[in-house]
Amino acid sequence: MKPEWSQWAQEAKKQFPEANSSLLPLLHRIQDAEGWLSDETIHDVASLLGLTPQYVESVASFYSLFYRQTVGKNVIHVCVGLSCALAGSDHVMEELEHKLGIREGQTTPDGEYTLLEAECLAACDLAPVVQRNLRFRGRVDATKLDALLTDDGKEVNS
Amino acid sequence: MSQQYYLLRNREVPNIDEMPVYLAHGGYQALRKALNDFKPEELVDMVKKSGLRGRGGAGFPTGMKWGFLPNDGRKRYLVVNSDEAEPGTFKDREIIEHNPHQLIEGIIISSYATKAREAFIYCRGEFLFGSEQLKRAVREAYEQGFLGENILGSGFSLDLEVYRGAGAYICGEESALLESLEGKRGNPRLKPPFPAVAGLYGGPTVINNVETIANVPVIVTKGADWYTSMGTAKSPGLKIFSVSGRVQRPGNYEIPLATPLRTLIEDYAGGMLPGRQLKAVIPGGSSVPLMTPDKLDTPLDYESILQAGSMLGSGGCIVLDDHVCIVGATARLVRFYREESCGKCTPCREGTYWMTDVLDRLEHGLGTPEDLDTLADVADNIGGKCFCPLGDASLGVLVSALKYFREEFEAHVAQHACPMGERLYDTINN
Repeated sequence: MKPEWSQWAQEAKKQFPEANSSLLPLLHRIQDAEGWLSDETIHDVASLLGLTPQYVESVASFYSLFYRQTVGKNVIHVCVGLSCALAGSDHVMEELEHKLGIREGQTTPDGEYTLLEAECLAACDLAPVVQRNLRFRGRVDATKLDALLTDDGKEVNS
Repeated sequence: MSQQYYLLRNREVPNIDEMPVYLAHGGYQALRKALNDFKPEELVDMVKKSGLRGRGGAGFPTGMKWGFLPNDGRKRYLVVNSDEAEPGTFKDREIIEHNPHQLIEGIIISSYATKAREAFIYCRGEFLFGSEQLKRAVREAYEQGFLGENILGSGFSLDLEVYRGAGAYICGEESALLESLEGKRGNPRLKPPFPAVAGLYGGPTVINNVETIANVPVIVTKGADWYTSMGTAKSPGLKIFSVSGRVQRPGNYEIPLATPLRTLIEDYAGGMLPGRQLKAVIPGGSSVPLMTPDKLDTPLDYESILQAGSMLGSGGCIVLDDHVCIVGATARLVRFYREESCGKCTPCREGTYWMTDVLDRLEHGLGTPEDLDTLADVADNIGGKCFCPLGDASLGVLVSALKYFREEFEAHVAQHACPMGERLYDTINN
């Protein structure tokens, strides 16, 4: 357990009338710092909030944005919803698989990139849409895919 | 088309998301008016009179929902559903990202009207920028005295917290949202009791969609009579339609209800892509039945769309052209429900799995004539047999596709291949 986590747990608890509401915010904050949620982290969060590890695991495993396995420094989500599919998202996914040398669901060996599918990201006006670490890139084409992988990460929103 | 915006107010003004700019454009004047000129009950009556209906998809009258709160002295909560994730819908994202203060102003007025002292915005986990925008705007509102103790000297106090989800479409269902907000898995609750009676932490709770709440400052400013001067008697007012798919100008369009579907697609969204013909429209998000081109003159109001065999839903309008394979498009949408089923009910969990399997088989030319009956049979075993609306939602497009485009399914079987080439897109964008 990192020393600051118990402070974070206290802050999260104070935000809500009932302490259990602090579980998701605390998991978010720790994952933002650590990159993912290890078994050890699940146990630590449980003890910080007075919950069982099984309960924390049952919650964490329900939500697709909580990573229970290591992910790359850059998590790339390709929206595969219908509107993005109509604008070529399958092609975007194939291009990214090709560029990164991995398949959907995998992480590059250097730990830089994880490539994942996302269900409709509610940005169909910008289809096809990709998120890098949850920052939107819209109307993605070949040029923008290169930029997505190589730029400094100061992403534009929408 | 030039148009006046109310819900997407000041969308053309740069930095309208910042407090000083929002104030300079008349922001928080509706809040002052509400607190100074109206008692809470009068505001509930005003919203009832406006006929405003929930814009998240169900279309339930907002004022009536507010009126269901029991007067038993328990602490009340107001929860804003911004878990926007219905495929084809992206209106709330625009409000959250570009004009968060309009939403916050609406939340404060709505909380005053419903006598809630604590409010939450449940923001979809994938909306990272949106949740940052909301958090910053909430902080600005506290600094300005619009949130916290004794707001503008009215004696009314309100705390507002932004809560981030973590990736689960089902949390847009109101009872699942409450579970998630209480730090649990997002499994829907049994209703009744409804949230108005036993919602967040068991207390009386109002849950409204982002767009619904964004209507409230507009109604307070312009009046209920003005609001009902648009639309129809049962579907009054304004609605944002999110248009996507094979049109020239995908985007959000704010129009009076009862505007014809044709006007939305041909005028606002610029019509079909060059050389393409309209094949079908999903008018209200991925959960509603397809409409065929002969229904293009249907007025976009709750009743007319229902009469035309579909639903207004969230207003997420996905437009398909003659180069789109209906089997492939249906497979894509049903797969979404398979991915997002919470797993609680067997018909939904297993049914969406089997339907996806069969649809993929058909799309790849491996289907049999019996597969069409299998689809209808599985659909029949999901419809009306699940705990929450997600199971039913998975059937809207499928059942209508089997009805209107049966020959296209049969062609996949007969030709042992997708006649369109197994691709949902072509060379337009790539």
